[in-house]
Amino acid sequence: MLTLASGLDWNIFFKPAFDGSGTYLRFLLIGLQWTLLLSVLSWILAFVLGSIVGVIRTFPGKFLPTLGATYVEIFRNIPLLVQLFLWYFVLPEIIPGLGTWFKQALSPVVQQLVTGVLCLGFFTAARVAEQVRSGINALGRGQRGAGLALGLNLLQVYHLILLPVAYRIIVPTLTSEFLNTIKNSAVASTIGLAELSRQSQQLGEFTAHWYEAFIAVTVLYGVINIAVMVASRFLERATRLPGYVGGKD
Amino acid sequence: MGKVLALKTSLLAVVGFCLVSGGSGAWAADDLTGTLKKIKDAGSISVGHRESSIPFSYYDDKNQVVGYSQDLVMMVIEAVKKKLNLPNLQVKLVPVTSQNRIPLIQNGTIDIESGSTTNNLERQQQVAFSNTMFIIGTRLLVKKDSGIQDFPDLKGKNVVVTAGTTSERLIREMNEKQGMQMNIISAKDHGESFLTLQSGRAAAFMLDDALLAGERAKAKKSADWVIVGTPQSKEAYGMMMRKGDDQFKMLVDETIAKAETSGEAEKLDQKWFQSPIPPKGLNLELPFSDDMKELFKSPNDKAFQ
Repeated sequence: MLTLASGLDWNIFFKPAFDGSGTYLRFLLIGLQWTLLLSVLSWILAFVLGSIVGVIRTFPGKFLPTLGATYVEIFRNIPLLVQLFLWYFVLPEIIPGLGTWFKQALSPVVQQLVTGVLCLGFFTAARVAEQVRSGINALGRGQRGAGLALGLNLLQVYHLILLPVAYRIIVPTLTSEFLNTIKNSAVASTIGLAELSRQSQQLGEFTAHWYEAFIAVTVLYGVINIAVMVASRFLERATRLPGYVGGKD
Repeated sequence: MGKVLALKTSLLAVVGFCLVSGGSGAWAADDLTGTLKKIKDAGSISVGHRESSIPFSYYDDKNQVVGYSQDLVMMVIEAVKKKLNLPNLQVKLVPVTSQNRIPLIQNGTIDIESGSTTNNLERQQQVAFSNTMFIIGTRLLVKKDSGIQDFPDLKGKNVVVTAGTTSERLIREMNEKQGMQMNIISAKDHGESFLTLQSGRAAAFMLDDALLAGERAKAKKSADWVIVGTPQSKEAYGMMMRKGDDQFKMLVDETIAKAETSGEAEKLDQKWFQSPIPPKGLNLELPFSDDMKELFKSPNDKAFQ
């Protein structure tokens, strides 16, 4: 009695989707494309912004490090789902002109994607910043002083001496952060973006085959993440440094 | 060996005697199958309800589950108590969502779901539906001064629907077949759909009329919002049970049919759709439809699509 009433029916993926986009398999793959697009765009934003914030946290003086720390604490400590809600529903209301333009001139899909990228990018940037900061702090303090003593300015010290090594040290944590970004991108389903988890819910709703939908989405997330993991292994091997974490002496 | 056998035989005799003499319920204990047997064995029934399907099944201001569907399922629980001769039957209320309600029925977490679930043919392959509790039409919620009167007025506009509803399927079909160039936003739940409408992202919100009335009741100024448009489909709400459990379904069906033909269900309709309801004391003012009159005359478990 407590087992599945009618067994699993995998043919469901070859039946036409409710929205006329093709089969349900295609329907899920469309979701996969949105998931990848959202994740990659968010990651680019997170990497650039997170690097800036991480670097300024290690700058001399008080103002910039405090600014960076404030950013990290705000974006790391507010739940992602709440942040998304703030970006999508609250922000357009408190910026009158731009908010109204955003809500009414842009198509819903663009709004959802832009909001998703901003939210996920700003959130992940806080985490990237912490990794960049710890990568820089992992280097001997003498390196900075030596660079400055050679007559390089601060930006040159970061550009030529600190960051090339710091980034190599944190490659493993950055790749796992990218995996997190892919998984976190599922929150965009709550504002209506037709990404992978949303599509699987829709599949469940319209076919009532919930178990098949859940299993398929699990497999698809698994496939993406394994692909990213394999790629990151190569990246880690190619960038590791002798004498540092993961490198051979 | 012989002794044990004799003991067994006498035990059987005792049990048999008890069964014959104690048959006050409709079924003797060992005739029970499926859900009723599970309920009897566990001494409890698990009822799935919704958290914000106003006015069918939702939390009121005292955090109690209330609503039209909740009142009806309470009648079913009373009938189960009577049939099983279990006056102290424990009732477990389990909140469900539209995503997990079918799996939770199938895996036995809940024995019956009573909320705002449409009985349709796809779902019938997975679960069983009781006699219909309510019939809705899919219509539009719009701002009073929006100028939208009916579906053709939606041309080129943004329309919000709740993901996974029949309305979503219908509006996408309409968009494609009639080339209406609408932008369709599919929101996570009814509350978010209404927020999308209120924030001006969408000009109209398509959903079951009774649920639209429920969402409107949550608005700051309910009078600003009106329900318009020709119903695009009818849907029959039923309680959900496990498939192939005729004994339990018969009991549930009988209870609902009795409520509908005796006038009790019509009183519930008045209570939830035409009088002030919690939490804000708002009247949904949803008239008793001809479809409902027809249903209450001859209760049935037919799906519309």
